[in-house]
Amino acid sequence: MTDLDTLIACPHCDAVYQITEPQTGERAVCGRCHTVLIAPRKRAGKQIIAIALAIVVLVIAATIFPFLSIRAAGLTHNSSILDAALAFSSSPLLVALSLAVAALIVFFPVLRAILAIYVLAPLVIDRPPLPGAIRAFRLSEALRPWSMAEIFAIGCAVALVKVADLAQVAFGPAFWMFSALVVLMIIQDSFMCRYSVWKSLEK
Amino acid sequence: MGLVACRRCTHLWPLGTQVCDRCGHRLQSRDKMALQKVWAWLIVGLICYIPANLYPMLATRTLISKQESTIIGGAIDLAHHGSFGIAAIIILASVFIPIGKFMAVAALAIGVKHGSRMTQLRRQQLYEVVEYIGRWSMIDVFVVAILSSLVQLGALASISPGRASLFFALSVIFTMLSAQSFDSRMIWDQEGPSPHPESLQPKSTKASA
Repeated sequence: MTDLDTLIACPHCDAVYQITEPQTGERAVCGRCHTVLIAPRKRAGKQIIAIALAIVVLVIAATIFPFLSIRAAGLTHNSSILDAALAFSSSPLLVALSLAVAALIVFFPVLRAILAIYVLAPLVIDRPPLPGAIRAFRLSEALRPWSMAEIFAIGCAVALVKVADLAQVAFGPAFWMFSALVVLMIIQDSFMCRYSVWKSLEK
Repeated sequence: MGLVACRRCTHLWPLGTQVCDRCGHRLQSRDKMALQKVWAWLIVGLICYIPANLYPMLATRTLISKQESTIIGGAIDLAHHGSFGIAAIIILASVFIPIGKFMAVAALAIGVKHGSRMTQLRRQQLYEVVEYIGRWSMIDVFVVAILSSLVQLGALASISPGRASLFFALSVIFTMLSAQSFDSRMIWDQEGPSPHPESLQPKSTKASA
């Protein structure tokens, strides 16, 4: 029996491999189902923390500032992301949906960013992980499919085209913050090598 | 090999270990109930999809008219007004993708039980596509949210969400849960376990850091 620490199992197809640590910039890919297993990056921890901080600041700002404004026949209306999230609260049946939308587009993305900082900050400065770091990283991974900020951004584009012939629409500052946010989140996700994080949490 | 793998952090443990020592994830070689969970979530999602299409998604009120439109009705209206592109996007995101998702998940679940003509790699790719696209159906709900918070111009024009938005969101969430409870390792089980661990060959990428 080989030492279990030197083995890795593909989470998608259960193929087992003997670990050969890839160099920075290389990736280890499952030969059977082509899932990327290990993809370490140089200074990824610091970069992810920096991006996560930016995400937290941007989300808070983007939630408060007006997002889009509409003008028709002299009437104007501003709408922030918070308004969009709470749009369903007009009728009691839809309040649950309202809360779900708020969670999907604001709360989950921020929570994931905060968890990433909590988990990675001690690792970057070579300290032992904070208590509960393992649980925090697990929660962050479980929330990954439920953080839907980028889908909201595309939804905006569709909504804009729909309203365009009804009234004049203008972007507020929060729209640009949100666009930046979406790009940052995608970068953060692609920098994160889960295998490396788990391994350093184990020590 | 007498080992059980952790699906979250890829560590291997001797068969019979209950909890992964590295990440605390519950270990289970194969969940016998996995397929039942898949079918259960899928059927609930399908049931929610029916009222999502029957009830109005949006209620538009202008000075001269008050109009409630369902998902498909709204798309047909848009096509009548000449915006065929948007109508196509809406039909694609809220009709073809959900129905395609129902069929794909069902096909994967049947394939595990009775075998499939598709190769394993093809089915794995199908599963990844379903998992990736599933979240994007939520776009329609977000569009309704944005429209009804934005278009509030008093008596001139206002849009409010309809009941269908709730059912549509539930349908998307349930099908996402259905796809998540599908264990893609079952696709590969028919091949039989690989007896010896191969060595993992690192590949260098074009975009090296």
